Amino acid sequence: MSLLSYFFIPFLPEQASNFALEVDLLYFFLIALTAFFSIAIAVAAFVFMLKYRRRRNDEVPAQIEGALKLEIAWTVIPFLISMFIFAWGAKLYYQMYKPPAEALEIFVTGKQWMWRAQHPDGQREINALHLPLGRRVKLTMTSEDVIHAYYIPAFRTKMDVVPGRYTTSWFVPTKPGTYHLFCAEYCGTQHSGMIGSVIVMEPADYQTWLAGGPKSASPAADGQKLFASLACNTCHKEEDGGRGPKLAGAYGKPVKLATGTSVVVDDAYIRESILTPQAKIVAGYTPIMPTFQGQVSEEQIAQLIAYIKSLGSSSEGASGSGGEAAGSAPQQGSETKKQ
Amino acid sequence: MATEANVLTENRVTYLNAGHTVKSWLLTLDHKRIGLLYLFAISFFFLIGGIYATLIRLELVTPQGDLMTAEMYNRVFTMHGVIMIFFFLIPSIPAVLGNFLLPLMLGAKDVAFPRLNLLSWYVFMVGGGLFMLTMINGGIDTGWTFYPPYSSIYSNSQVTLAGVSIFITGFSSILTGLNFMVTIHTMRAPGLTWFRLPLFVWAHYATSLIQVLGTPVIAITVLALAFERTLQIGIFDPKLGGDPVLFQHMFWFYSHPAVYIMILPSMGVVSELVANMTRKRVFGYHFVAFSSLAIAVFGFLVWGHHLFTTSQSMYAGFVFSLISYAVAIPSAIKIFNWTATIYRGSVSYDTPMIYALAFIGLFTIGGMTGLFLAALGLDVHLQDTYFVVAHFHYVMVGGAIIGYLGGLHLWFPKITGKMYPEIWGRISAAVIFLGFNLTFFPQFVLGYLGMPRRYHAYVPEFQILHVLSSAGASILAVGFVMPVLYFAWAVKYGQPAGRNPWGAVGLEWQTPSPPPPENFTYTPVITTEAYEFEHVEEIKNAGKTETLQTA
Repeated sequence: MSLLSYFFIPFLPEQASNFALEVDLLYFFLIALTAFFSIAIAVAAFVFMLKYRRRRNDEVPAQIEGALKLEIAWTVIPFLISMFIFAWGAKLYYQMYKPPAEALEIFVTGKQWMWRAQHPDGQREINALHLPLGRRVKLTMTSEDVIHAYYIPAFRTKMDVVPGRYTTSWFVPTKPGTYHLFCAEYCGTQHSGMIGSVIVMEPADYQTWLAGGPKSASPAADGQKLFASLACNTCHKEEDGGRGPKLAGAYGKPVKLATGTSVVVDDAYIRESILTPQAKIVAGYTPIMPTFQGQVSEEQIAQLIAYIKSLGSSSEGASGSGGEAAGSAPQQGSETKKQ
Repeated sequence: MATEANVLTENRVTYLNAGHTVKSWLLTLDHKRIGLLYLFAISFFFLIGGIYATLIRLELVTPQGDLMTAEMYNRVFTMHGVIMIFFFLIPSIPAVLGNFLLPLMLGAKDVAFPRLNLLSWYVFMVGGGLFMLTMINGGIDTGWTFYPPYSSIYSNSQVTLAGVSIFITGFSSILTGLNFMVTIHTMRAPGLTWFRLPLFVWAHYATSLIQVLGTPVIAITVLALAFERTLQIGIFDPKLGGDPVLFQHMFWFYSHPAVYIMILPSMGVVSELVANMTRKRVFGYHFVAFSSLAIAVFGFLVWGHHLFTTSQSMYAGFVFSLISYAVAIPSAIKIFNWTATIYRGSVSYDTPMIYALAFIGLFTIGGMTGLFLAALGLDVHLQDTYFVVAHFHYVMVGGAIIGYLGGLHLWFPKITGKMYPEIWGRISAAVIFLGFNLTFFPQFVLGYLGMPRRYHAYVPEFQILHVLSSAGASILAVGFVMPVLYFAWAVKYGQPAGRNPWGAVGLEWQTPSPPPPENFTYTPVITTEAYEFEHVEEIKNAGKTETLQTA
């Protein structure tokens, strides 16, 4: 048996997320299609080779110009098949691209050559990711240095982790177990060592795991402390009338800019406002905020965002109702332009 | 007949015996000699690139990184990629076979700008020499894709020097493309209309279009990278205010069309192989001709399919996926037409035909696995894995190199005036086919299992597939060495080939082998279409004598 298993070459990684089976189905369909066409062409070529082999050195076969109907057939049929594959692939991509509103949000940072993750209640881990079975999970990711990619083959999900912007990936773990986590974008010397484990646990076990380990505050609580220690609260006051916009209730809503356009206050916009405050000034305020570039780490920025998010529902909402709010794009402002 | 051919070669002035000094080669303006200069240069680079490939496959026999350090491995796969792409594949068929054959096929005495042609070889050698300097200084470790900010800020290797060498080499590609386009427009013999051109010429026209329009973009891109690296001008690194994804857009705007620079000439070769080895005009000539242009044009609109997992907008992803499927159609049209050409032909089993068949088979797999990667949701899983590695090696080796080798066998008698040993040609083609599939087929499976590319060490469960792949690579290496040996042998000891040993069509077969320096002693006038075998004298005579190559 063990000898047999040595010679058994696996064909698929484990199917451990909501996307795994769907991606595999498309894969199987394409294998069948490829096999069909490859074999058909190979058989045709070999039959012609044998049947029409040269019998005399001076033979010249009757010439055939072509056949318009055949040309049309083998242009139109492959085109229709390829449009079908396109639609199938696009549908899957759409599902993967659009994170659900309600999800367990985990913040991931890539850094040469390790993965850091922070769970919403503060638990941190390195080169590992503990997940509860059956819950929607959304990863918000960024890099401290070069481009990495967060790849979990058993989930069939992969997303680049790009410095200077947030990218997201989401899935529902569907099978308990331990799976590979790979960095898929070449990132330097120890690229192949930037690997880890994804551990999918029963929800109760996940809660136990969260409770264990060194106690740490939630990102929002850490963010609140930072907000005070960096003196953000001298301008961004709890009530209107500060030198900077009031932040309570702002998250997730559009805000009118000095340029007349609007922007949705999301992770990317807050991050940009901390690092390059002059890029998008809220209407009615003067551009006096200094940059915090180099003073806060990506993890601290994420904590500040978590804090601002936690102020979310306490107020009636930000002023300004930009009609052309850029909120229709499902990704989190990753196309944000820096002027 | 054989003795007659001998007498002819000995007394005639050919491009080979027109001058024997080193100077007569290094300052030659003869397109045929320049083609041979390129042949020696790129064969050297193929050897170096092949040594790097060997090191990669040796390291990957075991899961742990034990043969070399991670840093060295990263340099090895980068050097393999850069050398094979920029210094072998891109120049391969156009610069060697294109240079040699294009004026012959057009009935011209040379290309439009012979001095520019020689200049392009020197530019190539300067670029290649600088890259060898890069190699001696320790090479680079960025991957052939040079993604910043790793390449611009973090890498401790010779990125700037490598960038400069690629910048310079690009000009050689532009000059060759420009020269070919002008030559095809202005140097065709009387009566040689566009639709009487061999399909090899159509393919090279399409290739030249990409070389001229695309190469400047990679020049701009590596220059911008060099500025960021040396002068800290923020273009790509977000810490300097740049955008790293911008680089990927610019890089692939050239580098995807560059894939077609590599494969289109090979498709042109295959059209000639199939027609001449079956003695039939290529089925659907116009469709095959225009599909080359369609590939060149659509090829410029699909670069974003390399960025499906970079946070590129979802809608951009849709558009790039859609156009990627559109570009697959012209390739499919070619495959179908070549297969139909064999139908009711007079099929020879000589080596060029075996290469043509190998191309059709391997390129079909290479092309169809492209459909997997263009499917958005599936690409999320496959991107940056060995599936991609296998896919492009099926296209680049199974397509481009197989076509190049097939072309070398078909035109070897024309280039050297000698026949290579047919039996060894067939054996080596079979060894290459076998070795190639054993090397790269397991990599499709590896990729789907999740093996990322550019990994120095990997998880143990992938080992058996890696061992198969490395075993295949050793067979492939033997297959590549064989033609070098029997070609070299045949140059000295091969049977004289005569003017047209295959009974092939095309103006290049109307002139003696090897051709005189001026190609034709008369100006050919063309009154027929490209593939008319009824008028080939060698075929008519073959019934009477037994001089025709049969093996």
